[in-house]
Amino acid sequence: MSTKVISLVSIGAHPSSGRARRAEQDARAVELGLQLAGDNLQVVHAGDPREEALRAYLGMGLDHLDVLEQPAGADVLGVLGDYLRDAGAQLVLTGSQAETGEGSGMLPFLLAEKLGWPLVVGLAEVESIENGTAQVLQALPRGQRRRLKVRLPLLATVDNAAPKPRQSAFGPARRGLLAARNVAIVEDELLAEAELQPARPRPKRLKVIKAKSGADRMKAATAKASGGGGKVLKDVSPQDGAEAILKLLVEEGVLR
Amino acid sequence: MLNTLLPILLFAALGLAVLGALRRVRMWRRGRPSKVDLIGGLLAMPRRYLVDLHHVVERDKYMSKTHVATAGGFVLSAALAILVHGFGLQSKILGYALLVATVIMFSGAIFVFKRRLNPPSRLSKGPWMRLPKSLLVFAASFFIATLPVAGILPANTGGWVMVGILGLGVLWGVSELFFGMTWGGPMKHAFAGALHLAWHRRAERFGGGRSTGLKPLDLEDPNAPLGVEKPVDFTWNQLLGFDACVQCGKCEAMCPAFAAGQPLNPKKLIQDMVIGLAGGSDANFAGSPYPGKPIGEHSGNPHQPIVNGLVDAETLWSCTTCRACVEECPMMIEHVDAIVDMRRHLTLEKGATPNKGAEVLDNLIATDNPGGFAPGGRMNWAADLNLQLMSEVKSTEVLFWVGDGAFDMRNQRTLRSFVKVLKASGVDFAVLGLEERDSGDVARRLGDEATFQQLAKRNIQTLAKYKFQRIVTCDPHSFHVLKNEYGALGGEYQVQHHSTYIAELIAARKLNLGQHKGGSVTYHDPCYLGRYNGEYEAPREVLKALGIEVREMERSGFRSRCCGGGGGAPITDIPGKQRIPDMRMDDIRETQAELVAVGCPQCTAMLEGVVEPRPQIKDLAELVADVLIEEETPAAPKSPTVKREPAEVH
Repeated sequence: MSTKVISLVSIGAHPSSGRARRAEQDARAVELGLQLAGDNLQVVHAGDPREEALRAYLGMGLDHLDVLEQPAGADVLGVLGDYLRDAGAQLVLTGSQAETGEGSGMLPFLLAEKLGWPLVVGLAEVESIENGTAQVLQALPRGQRRRLKVRLPLLATVDNAAPKPRQSAFGPARRGLLAARNVAIVEDELLAEAELQPARPRPKRLKVIKAKSGADRMKAATAKASGGGGKVLKDVSPQDGAEAILKLLVEEGVLR
Repeated sequence: MLNTLLPILLFAALGLAVLGALRRVRMWRRGRPSKVDLIGGLLAMPRRYLVDLHHVVERDKYMSKTHVATAGGFVLSAALAILVHGFGLQSKILGYALLVATVIMFSGAIFVFKRRLNPPSRLSKGPWMRLPKSLLVFAASFFIATLPVAGILPANTGGWVMVGILGLGVLWGVSELFFGMTWGGPMKHAFAGALHLAWHRRAERFGGGRSTGLKPLDLEDPNAPLGVEKPVDFTWNQLLGFDACVQCGKCEAMCPAFAAGQPLNPKKLIQDMVIGLAGGSDANFAGSPYPGKPIGEHSGNPHQPIVNGLVDAETLWSCTTCRACVEECPMMIEHVDAIVDMRRHLTLEKGATPNKGAEVLDNLIATDNPGGFAPGGRMNWAADLNLQLMSEVKSTEVLFWVGDGAFDMRNQRTLRSFVKVLKASGVDFAVLGLEERDSGDVARRLGDEATFQQLAKRNIQTLAKYKFQRIVTCDPHSFHVLKNEYGALGGEYQVQHHSTYIAELIAARKLNLGQHKGGSVTYHDPCYLGRYNGEYEAPREVLKALGIEVREMERSGFRSRCCGGGGGAPITDIPGKQRIPDMRMDDIRETQAELVAVGCPQCTAMLEGVVEPRPQIKDLAELVADVLIEEETPAAPKSPTVKREPAEVH
């Protein structure tokens, strides 16, 4: 089995100090790639090849890491798409969301759309790859797993359900090569025009605890967080469906 | 007849011994180079042996006297035997001298024999059980063979039978004592031990000195090995040091990890290194195994990776770096250096620091503290204390090094107590505040030399900006690293542990102290203050000044038992049969003290982790602050208390 596996990595930031590091989820994408392809794993970053934090990925045992040289603020979508297609990638792994930059989490979706590949979000495990089809486990909330059969080539994002990344060691990190590649630079027009503002945290539904006993509390804590008041709409016209959703959003105070 | 037989036996054995010695030297030389004063070391050797080593051996009076008689008698007998029987200098005086020497050796050997009748478990058996008999036979054979020379018996007494018996006796004796010395027998310790003393990697330890700081790795040279993977990656004098081991098991008896049933036995580790340097399996090892690991399943050779062939990784990670083994070792072998060298390879090359190791190292890199706390919270513990910052005052008398205990709520009580003491003494002091970083102690003991050097260099840079007379810290680990390990990277400071500094303040009458009112107190010596830095007195002086009579534990002072918190051991957390702090708490309970005074945040955390009921644990700074008689200060206005209903938040 020699499936071309490529992991895409970005520069992370430590949540409490903000210092540059390997991104947690991207490191998991590398870990999964190493478990699948071993030394044949190819790891790619689009950005600055002089960024020392990239060495933390090399420290996981890679002898080199390809860097598509891009200035900050460039649109890396086209460059990455071309690279992946040219490299003959069969399975592309990446974190769900970057820790720095825009961090919109949109890149995997846009990339899959551009390449016309299927996208699996929350990949937890690749069970087998046979005859151009991968059998994978997708992570769902509350530890559930969904088994999927997907044709290759395939793009998959990993989150914290994927295996923990191995330790980054100083020796291989120092020896490894950051191989810069000259590629076209496309300015991100949207980024240039649009106005950036920090994301607001998503409002959380307050849990009202009515339980009197410990057992009730336990039940409340472990029960599925479901509203209970939901409705299943089947065989409705798009118009009716949209109206039902809008009504709910207004009821919940999401829209005013 | 003996006149022809004895020279042949003697010189054959000596010849073989020389061959063996050359072979052994070649094995050592497979190691990496090390800068050692070869000639100076050899010249210093007799003094190191007779004085420095004797101080260590003298702790065991029985063995010390036995060894003086046996070894002294042997050296004398051997030299005289070569003259008298080898070169045939049959003078009466030499004959009598040889008789006396063999008698001394024989009487020493009797005590060696007696100890071997019912040997403690720490002693290796196997060939070592043979040694006292060989010594007795050697001494007796030469005694009898020399009687005619001294003119006490006529020549040819006993005829051929006597010649046969004596011939066999001498053959046995010289095989063990000459030839066995260089071909790997028990007597190897004499040959390798003497050279080990001459070319020791820490020559500073002799002549009353102390050398405990780890040696830095050269990270500038990309071709320099990062730690030790194979036996040949040790320096040649480290390999020589392993060969010096007498398998007395003093290290084993003191090792906290061994006692806790973790898979480490310092004696076996050194013997495994000997197997590594010579090649073979551990099947013939005749001492206690690593707890839980049967003997005979591991083997190695000089060019094979040590870990998971010769030694399991968890053996290396069980060590708390408490240095009890090094302190006890009568051959001055450096166990901790070897363990950290091998850990360096595992961490820096393999990325195989077990359990929470990787997380702690990542935190140190990203946040400068092992807990991964936001660096901006480093001074939260002192938010209301109005401490002077070095960045504002630039120059001070005492720089208070806070340490990572700043993030730990238990240790914050200690820190605040010490600040109270400092303020009461009226001394001019300041802290680095947010500019301070982890000292690098944990990173270094976990083998991450790169992170250690990075932290150390940044701290040295920060310290270089300011003027201060001394650094004082409540953390013996920071104390040790700042005092003994920053020097190699260009940071030389006068550093004191807070116990030393408080003792000085008390001696200078700068503190107005009352008397301790609680119950009886014992004191737990932190390894990094005691064995690493030789400070046993100051903490006891401080306690004495508080009117406390310390109820000493059996294991105290240089024999203090580790709390289990050093060397990253709580992070790598290798399972054993019991926990080291529980064992230490049993030591404390034996004194029936109601309170144990400590001087280290690690010890505090480890000992407080023992389930109650148990004695209370208080830092020296807390004890001092408790009895501080402060000058009249205007009573703080009582803030009106507002009663609030507790709110339930989910």
